[in-house]
Amino acid sequence: MRTAVDIAAGVRAGELSALEVLDEHLERVVLREAEIHAFNHLTEEAARAAATGLDRRVAAGEDPGPLAGVPVALKDNLCTEGVPTTCSSRILEGWIPPYTATVVERLVAAGAVPVGKTNLDEFAMGSSTENSAFGPTRNPHDVTRVPGGSSGGSAAAVAAGFAPVSLGSDTGGSIRQPAALCGVVGVKPTYGTVSRLGLVAFGSSLDQIGPFSATVADAALVLEVIGGHDPGDSTSLPGSFPSVSEHLDDGVSGLRVGIVTEMMGDGIAADVTARVRAAADALAAAGATVEEVSVRAVTYGLSAYYLVAPAEASSNLARYDGVRYGVRVEAATAGEMMEATRTAGFGDEVKRRIMLGTYALSAGYYDAFYGKALKVRTLIRRDFDAAYERFDVLLSPTSPTTAFPFGDKTADPMAMYLNDVCTIPTNLAGHPAMSVPFGVGDDGLPVGVQVLAPALGEVVMFRTAAVLEGSVR
Amino acid sequence: MESRITTDDVAKVARLARLRLTDDELDRFTHQLSDILDHAADIEALELDDVEPMARPVPLSNVLRSDEPNDPLDRDAVLAAAPSTEDGQFRVSPVLGEAP
Repeated sequence: MRTAVDIAAGVRAGELSALEVLDEHLERVVLREAEIHAFNHLTEEAARAAATGLDRRVAAGEDPGPLAGVPVALKDNLCTEGVPTTCSSRILEGWIPPYTATVVERLVAAGAVPVGKTNLDEFAMGSSTENSAFGPTRNPHDVTRVPGGSSGGSAAAVAAGFAPVSLGSDTGGSIRQPAALCGVVGVKPTYGTVSRLGLVAFGSSLDQIGPFSATVADAALVLEVIGGHDPGDSTSLPGSFPSVSEHLDDGVSGLRVGIVTEMMGDGIAADVTARVRAAADALAAAGATVEEVSVRAVTYGLSAYYLVAPAEASSNLARYDGVRYGVRVEAATAGEMMEATRTAGFGDEVKRRIMLGTYALSAGYYDAFYGKALKVRTLIRRDFDAAYERFDVLLSPTSPTTAFPFGDKTADPMAMYLNDVCTIPTNLAGHPAMSVPFGVGDDGLPVGVQVLAPALGEVVMFRTAAVLEGSVR
Repeated sequence: MESRITTDDVAKVARLARLRLTDDELDRFTHQLSDILDHAADIEALELDDVEPMARPVPLSNVLRSDEPNDPLDRDAVLAAAPSTEDGQFRVSPVLGEAP
């Protein structure tokens, strides 16, 4: 399968037709989409028109941009004007946004061709896509297993070759965990480096958009296009996104790599930790120094996250009241209408988190739960900062296991939440982290290794990822 | 074993969040929320009086745009997505006179 880097270079040089590239991918969609269910909505017609337009521009001597002719799949919680955006929720079924997310505008302006909106756990709450109101996505490596989540459709779309790159959102691991389970690259950039304008909000202090791709270089290319300041997002950092691509071949000679002790023990499968140790060996062989390091406060990450994220969600999801958009269940009074609409429109996991967040924010519990959780964020940030005084990057598993069977964890929310134990701490700290495929587990399914870096440490994170990618091939 | 959260608590929270639960759901959610709060007991036990809370990762505050008119969303496009509208406004059932 072609990489985004190759497609863009070929289309810009007039050696590849954007329309032919698109058709190659759509053929694979025709063959496997019924089985995989990566998409909630395909936009083939618009994609063909866009690709035809790009070919015409190239023929006229224009350069359509760094992603010329690259098909992209978009998580269905990114607003797209004129195209349904459901968040895989009944409550937004049929909603067509009146505006487009900044990241999508930037992709299109760079010549990318959106092919459709991908499935997710409802409102990005989950780790398997089993919480989608429209049915789960299946893992292209083994269709009896989950693709991970919440961005399972975006991960599966890349793994199945439906698109070379896709976008997801990551609140507690929703890009990295499905990337690991589907054997692709997935990046959560530093909080504030990628605009959230047009991303349907879940946990606003945690949410960050990022790419999936088959290669590290493709992820870098997409991030350079979507990243950088956006005046429309008040949490957007000033300045442009650092140039990552030009450093991909810099290597790791002299870099200090720390393996996070707390993420290598209880609850993590032995075949997964073995792959992390193999990754560390590969980095050492490439000239890095590797040691174990304790980041103690990360053990409190899960508890803090399941207070902070639901608290923010309970507030963000208050807007779904049947008044301005989406579905309405009529009733005699406005209050009854809102209750009937929300009761019918939200699935169980969303209700669970709204209630948990409402509880954590309510009088009498605020200090004990939400207030404490915010202080734990400070502890986690502090312990990471201490580790980054001695290390350039950290290494851990992305997910505690390889892809698990459908229904395995749906009855026990706590068991599902434990999937994100290694990914959550970086969201709480606002740091970047990415998952790189690094071989397979005992069951032959992909294992992802997580590379963590300090805030704005994307260059060193990508250098490390590129060495891992090169050594596993 | 005593539950961390009672069915009365969950019923109250559901009411605040405008969600209606069946009796079965009330029992199930009480159980599940209790499990999650049990897990959170580890941070409840931490002594954190001297630690500053961190509400967001980026220390930006009061970010303002320049005070100039810009293009708002088109009203008709926005209203087109609403379940019910009238005279250029969102339409809902009566609010006043509703029982508390």
